Amino acid sequence: MSLLELKNVSKIYGTLRALDHVNMRVEAGEWVSIMGPSGSGKSTMMNIIGCLDKASEGEVLLDGTLICAETADRLTEIRRDKIGLIFQQFHLIQYLTAVENVMVAQYYHSMPDEKEALEALARVGLKDRAHHLPSQMSGGEQQRVCVARALINYPKILLADEPTGNLDEANERIVVELFKKLHEEGTTLIIVTHDPEVAEVAQRTVVLRDGRLVKETVNENFTGVMKHRKVE
Amino acid sequence: MFLRLVRGAFLRQWKKMLMIGVTVALGASLATAMLNVMMDVGDKVNQELKAYGANITVVPKSTAVISDLYEVEGGISEGAYLREDELGRIKTIFWAFNIVDFAPLLDTEVTLPDGSTVTAVGSWYNHHLSLPTGEELDTGLPALRAWWTVTEGAWIDEQARSGDEAPACMVGALLAERMSLHAGDTLTMKGTHGEETCVIAAVFDAGAEEDGMIFCPLDVAQRLSGTEGLLTSMEVSALTTPDNDLARKAQRQGPESLSVADYETWYCTAYVSSICFQIQEVITDAVASPVRQVAESEGAIMEKTELLMILITVLALIGAALGITNLVTASVMERSGEIGLMKAIGATNARISALIIAEVLMTGILGGAAGYLAGFGFAQIIGHTVFSSGVEMKPMVIPIVAVLVVIMTLAGSLPAIRFLLQLRPTEVLHGR
Ligand SMILES: Nc1ncnc2c1ncn2[C@@H]1O[C@H](COP(=O)(O)OP(=O)(O)OP(=O)(O)O)[C@@H](O)[C@H]1O
Ligand SMILES: [Mg+2]
Repeated sequence: MSLLELKNVSKIYGTLRALDHVNMRVEAGEWVSIMGPSGSGKSTMMNIIGCLDKASEGEVLLDGTLICAETADRLTEIRRDKIGLIFQQFHLIQYLTAVENVMVAQYYHSMPDEKEALEALARVGLKDRAHHLPSQMSGGEQQRVCVARALINYPKILLADEPTGNLDEANERIVVELFKKLHEEGTTLIIVTHDPEVAEVAQRTVVLRDGRLVKETVNENFTGVMKHRKVE
Repeated sequence: MFLRLVRGAFLRQWKKMLMIGVTVALGASLATAMLNVMMDVGDKVNQELKAYGANITVVPKSTAVISDLYEVEGGISEGAYLREDELGRIKTIFWAFNIVDFAPLLDTEVTLPDGSTVTAVGSWYNHHLSLPTGEELDTGLPALRAWWTVTEGAWIDEQARSGDEAPACMVGALLAERMSLHAGDTLTMKGTHGEETCVIAAVFDAGAEEDGMIFCPLDVAQRLSGTEGLLTSMEVSALTTPDNDLARKAQRQGPESLSVADYETWYCTAYVSSICFQIQEVITDAVASPVRQVAESEGAIMEKTELLMILITVLALIGAALGITNLVTASVMERSGEIGLMKAIGATNARISALIIAEVLMTGILGGAAGYLAGFGFAQIIGHTVFSSGVEMKPMVIPIVAVLVVIMTLAGSLPAIRFLLQLRPTEVLHGR
């Protein structure tokens, strides 16, 4: 059984079909990129997979649970237990330090554990910035805190919606390196991106257009390593 | 973690939190002031109203019957008297401590040197009484005639008079004018049984028929009319509880009609009717009755005052709750990004609501405590300006105000909670 399965999923806003009969499967441990022009429904799809929103039609199976049938509070629990989320805007709580931001996720999941939170920050290379406030960190560092927070509760799937959209190339590379490490450790990754270079490091790329799934390419020589960009 | 989140919110939104605290404090202070005054004021308003004179009159039974039959105000029949030596007993009744003041009255006709006939009233002024219980007290008319203005001289001082000095008297303003009498003059009165010469201690202006009368010590009037040891009526000023249904029933149907338990309650409550009843128990052949208008309007004024205060309190609390509603909603809206994020990383609605409520309640309790102290101060100011005395601290007010503060803050947070329940993380997280 697949870890995630979308069957004929549609999302309708008024007259607009933001998602139009989308079918997709993601196996455990896979690394999938989602691409598509602006407004094609990428974020809509991520929200549905991430239990932040419900599909208007169709079925979504996540780890064997039919999530379209659940109540809002149940969805929150499923999200908390199975999904790690990363956004384009970093979304950290401004008055908490890096380590405290990670601990909030632990707190709402089970129990805050500062030692574990510090280890998670060490994994994303922010050991010495653990007690800084978000305002005292660069964008790349903030996004790495978000990665640490997304991973802290050992999610089955890591969902990232344009995680590198606000980052420069160096930071983008660091974050992609992190994804690769996570992939090697067995985490399932679904990453929305506009950037073909970020997309093509994944095992598989899915392209959306006007809410439809129009193209799917498999990366034959998958290495998980970003190619060097040509410098103009 | 919870504490860190709360602390963080406080540090970041301290201005809003301060405003919420101040709003709660305002509401709580008004509630405290009003409740304190309301609970303490019962006696105070009553005491204040006592300035308007006696609220119970006692007359001999036969007089009462006649005046009831013919509705003659103050109709006096021959030979109907109360006994002076029984007066002290009034301070032995169950509600003795509620008897603020009392004075006997003895009316008699006297002829003045110019041949005119006027009424002389004998009474006590600052009469010293040693009760059989061993209690000592001074009582008399001044407190029962607080609205009189003494235009010349001073109230009769019975205790200052030594054995062979001429007794003092007070002359009404009209009479004084007619006969050009002044304080310090002497006046000879001829009664049915004798003649007395008094020194005029004061001229008073009562604004009533008493302005044509002479007031003298009780013993002088008794000698003039040959009624030693007797009096025609008595006025009593007592602190009373406003009448309720039980009191009205007792008054309408007589205390005998009450059940044993009701009777006990009635007897042991300071209704004007039960005080009257107890006065009749100790004074032979007497009828004690409330001075209607005064007694009833007292109760009505009390009820109206309390109603007004309750109204002010309720309005203040509603106002504060509305203020809190605005502030809390604004604070939650300002943090919608943060709240959406918490939801996204797995916080349930219940936990976020708990966080917000905890913050608001903490602010509310601090504000409430400050408001209680301020309100207690207000109560003192009200007490001093309106009743010229401090207001006692009523412990009952603390739990009531605490409950009101909690209700007020919770009610004020409801719209904010509704907002955060409806807040969908997708709306804030993608910057739409
Ligand atoms: N809450 C909503 N109400 C109405 N329309 C919406 C809502 N959310 C999204 N849409 C519409 O659905 C379509 C898909 O939006 P979505 O955010 O999924 O696009 P996207 O692929 O993520 O675009 P981008 O690359 O710009 O982030 C858009 O046309 C958008 O206007
Ligand atoms: Mg998007």
